[in-house]
Order: sequence, then structure tokens, then C-alpha cells
Amino acid sequence: MKRARVAYSGAVHEATPHANGLQLADGRIVAEDAVVWLAPFDVGTIIALGLNYADHAKELSFGKQDEPLVFLKGPGAVIGHRGQTRRPKDATFMHYECELAVVIGAPGKHIRRADAMHHVAGYTVANDYAIRDYLENWYRPNARVKNRDGGTVLGPWFVDAADIAAPLHLDLRTLVNGEQTQSGNTRDLVHDIPSLIEYLSGFMTLNPGDVILTGTPEGVVDVKAGDEVVTEIEGIGRLVNTIVDDAAFGR
Amino acid sequence: MHPSTHSFGFAPYRLTGTVYGVLLNHAPALAALGAAVNAAPYKAPPKAPVLYVKPRNTLASPGSACRLPTGIDALQIGANLGIVIGRTACRVAAHEAEAFVAGYVIVNDLSVPHESFYRPSVRFKALDGSCVVGAPVVRAAVGNPDALAVRVFVDGEPVQRADTAQRVRPLARLLADITDFMTLAAGDIVLLGTSHGAPTARAGQRIAIEIDGLPRLEHTLAAAAHDHPMEPHA
Repeated sequence: MKRARVAYSGAVHEATPHANGLQLADGRIVAEDAVVWLAPFDVGTIIALGLNYADHAKELSFGKQDEPLVFLKGPGAVIGHRGQTRRPKDATFMHYECELAVVIGAPGKHIRRADAMHHVAGYTVANDYAIRDYLENWYRPNARVKNRDGGTVLGPWFVDAADIAAPLHLDLRTLVNGEQTQSGNTRDLVHDIPSLIEYLSGFMTLNPGDVILTGTPEGVVDVKAGDEVVTEIEGIGRLVNTIVDDAAFGR
Repeated sequence: MHPSTHSFGFAPYRLTGTVYGVLLNHAPALAALGAAVNAAPYKAPPKAPVLYVKPRNTLASPGSACRLPTGIDALQIGANLGIVIGRTACRVAAHEAEAFVAGYVIVNDLSVPHESFYRPSVRFKALDGSCVVGAPVVRAAVGNPDALAVRVFVDGEPVQRADTAQRVRPLARLLADITDFMTLAAGDIVLLGTSHGAPTARAGQRIAIEIDGLPRLEHTLAAAAHDHPMEPHA
């Protein structure tokens, strides 16, 4: 089952896909552009992976890692489907990152690899922007690069884990203004989903709503104000975002 | 009580549970790195505030016992003044920053000691129970937040005397620089930064932190447990 959370006509609703757009839980059928799309689940701790596809690690000139490169993000970074993300005027390299987002269901600590998938509630698509101009070598990747308002796009749908038979064989791709710029498959994850859950739960309790952004493959390019960025994962969803300039935010 | 639901008698009345720490905000701590800040892997001193998240699994109340991870002998005590945000803070000017502060808490930001600040493992900062949050005190009850004495005790013995002065970014500048690119919500906590010479404590020891004007924070450290895998709930 696919579910969205949308704001419509004065309230926040759960919605499901419908031939004419989407259907609210109360029965109303509304167009995709008539609602405000929110993150499709109640977002807890946001756990992000760096360099978790071998080809992307090579693209950014990184060698073999000892343990997963994990960083955490705050809730203010999150926006939903069809939202806008600001590109500051001094940025020269701002790029999207199409990522499979794994949402935790059952809480756990010291979860064994063999049990890990039982702790997954579902999936969504993430587009986790970075502005490389702001990269510094202190607690990489630093917050000004990776924890910006509106820099983590989630949605459109929360897809139940049971509906995705092979989460480690999903094609993912990004299109900028309709042209494909990035493609990959989750089979190429350096640390797969069970490994990440085992690793993380070894020191931190994972809770319902915690989400693991599993990293992005090669093919990141600079995006400019006015660009439409579509990040898409087979069977999960097609997440749309638009880049805007400082003026849209009164800067 | 879980600190994310901590409620108190002044606006915003409750914490969100979101806590941001800031690394090397104590000028002597940065100075102690010496020429290393310009060498690999850093290549330059920090420009923007070096932030990290203390995720919700780390939040703990006074009196709690943070459990050491297997194979780690001691945790570093990060005695911090926690700034409780009072209202939505986005693009705050330094001269207006104080108006966005509701009050203060003492926070012990416990971490596994680590030498490199380049890309340390998240497990050093994200251990369960490693962010102990004291009771909030309204802003007016505390003096100048950039000049408060800080005292740390382990098993009753004084192990660190510091203060909240000599910050690379004093409170107002810190909030201005953070909110230039990320919005803080009412009930979020921003840590002013651990002072140089942070002490450590071992399993079984009692830790106490005092900051002028705030209630003393006390808790303990517990020995590592055997790893019992937790089965998923039905």
C-alpha cells in the first residue's frame, strides 16, 4: 500500500493513489497539484549515509571505508514532494542525491543482520541536496552542506515494506528538466540495508519513524534555479522538487 | 520522564527533543590544536559552526545511567550550557538573538573520546543515553550566558573548572550563524560548546555538573551490558 500525507482544505490528511490524482481518507478525490505534499510519515532521527555506492565514492575520490560513513540530520531540513529548495547565490556546485529511504518500524537495539528486515516498516524516495562550496573538513559532511532548510526532500509515498519484494534490486535515477543525469541500482550498495540496521543498532536504539537515507550512486551534477529535479525509484515513487533562487526567500 | 516530553512552567513549555551540539566553540580548545588546523586533513580552521545532532535515542534525564559501549573504558564529559529556543528562529540577527532564547538547561553531552574531528564515527556521539538534559530555567533567572562558571565533579571530586566565556561564537553570534541556513524550532536545544580539557569518567562513577544559576545535574555511568539482541515486537 502507498500512502501520502497532504494538507488540503484546512487539515492534514492521509491519501492514497487514485487514477485522477489522489484519494483522501475521507473519500475526496483531489488533483496532485491541489494539495501540499508533506513528508509521508512522522520523521524521527534522520540517519544519512555518505559514499555508500562504490561508483559514487570513486567519483568523489574516496577509497575503501572501515565502517559506514554515517551522519545525522535535523528535522528542519525536511520538505515534501513538489516543494522548493533554495540555491544560494554564492553556490557554484549544488547537487541532488537520489536515495532509497528506509523507514524503521519495530524498535530495536543490537539487531542481528538476519532479523533486520523485520524492523523495516517501509520505504520512500529521498533527494538529499548538498552544496559542495560549503564543504569543510570538520565533522564531515558539515551541517552547512547537508543540513540546510529544505535540503532533504522525502516522498511522495510511504510504501509498505511488504510491497517491495526485493529492496536491494531497485533501479533509481534522477532527471533534471526531463533529462536523465543519474542512474543506479540498490544492488550496488556498499553496506546493504540489513548491514546498516545491524551496525546502527549496535550503539543506538532505532525507533519507529527513524529513517536511513542509504546513499546515492554516481552522476551528480550542478542544478540551477528554475530546474525541475525528479528523483525516482522503481516501485517506490517519483519525487519532484524545484530549485529556486534567493529572491524566492526574500534574500 | 523522557526529556523530549519535558514540560516546564514557561514558554515554550516543552522541549522538542532536537539537540544540536557545536564542536570547538571554546577558543582555547581550538587554539590547543595549534598548527594542526591548517594541516591535513583539516587544511583550514573551521569557518561555519561545526554542528552535530544528538539524536533522540541519546536523550536522558537527570539520575539516569548511561551505559558504556563494549570495549570502551571511559566517556568524555561534555559539560554544556544548553540554550532552549523560545520561538521559531530563522535568519536571526545577533543583536536580536537573546529574544529567541526561552531559557537554559545543563546538558552533559557524553561522547566516546576521539582525536580526529575530520569524519569521526557517529557512534562516538550517538550512544543511547549520552545526552543528559537537566531541568530548564527561564532566561531571566540566569546571568550573562557568556560568563557563567561551570564545575564538573566525578564521585564528588572536582575534575574541571571552566566557564562559558571565551567562545569562538558567543551565544548571540552562534544563533545568528546557525539560523542563517537552518531554522530552529521552539523547544530545540543548542549547546554552547564543551570547554577545553573535558574530563572523562568510567563505569560506576557519579558525574555532577554545576553552572551558576541552574540546578545541578547528576547522573551515573554504567558498565557495558552483554549484547542481548532485541526481537522485533509482533
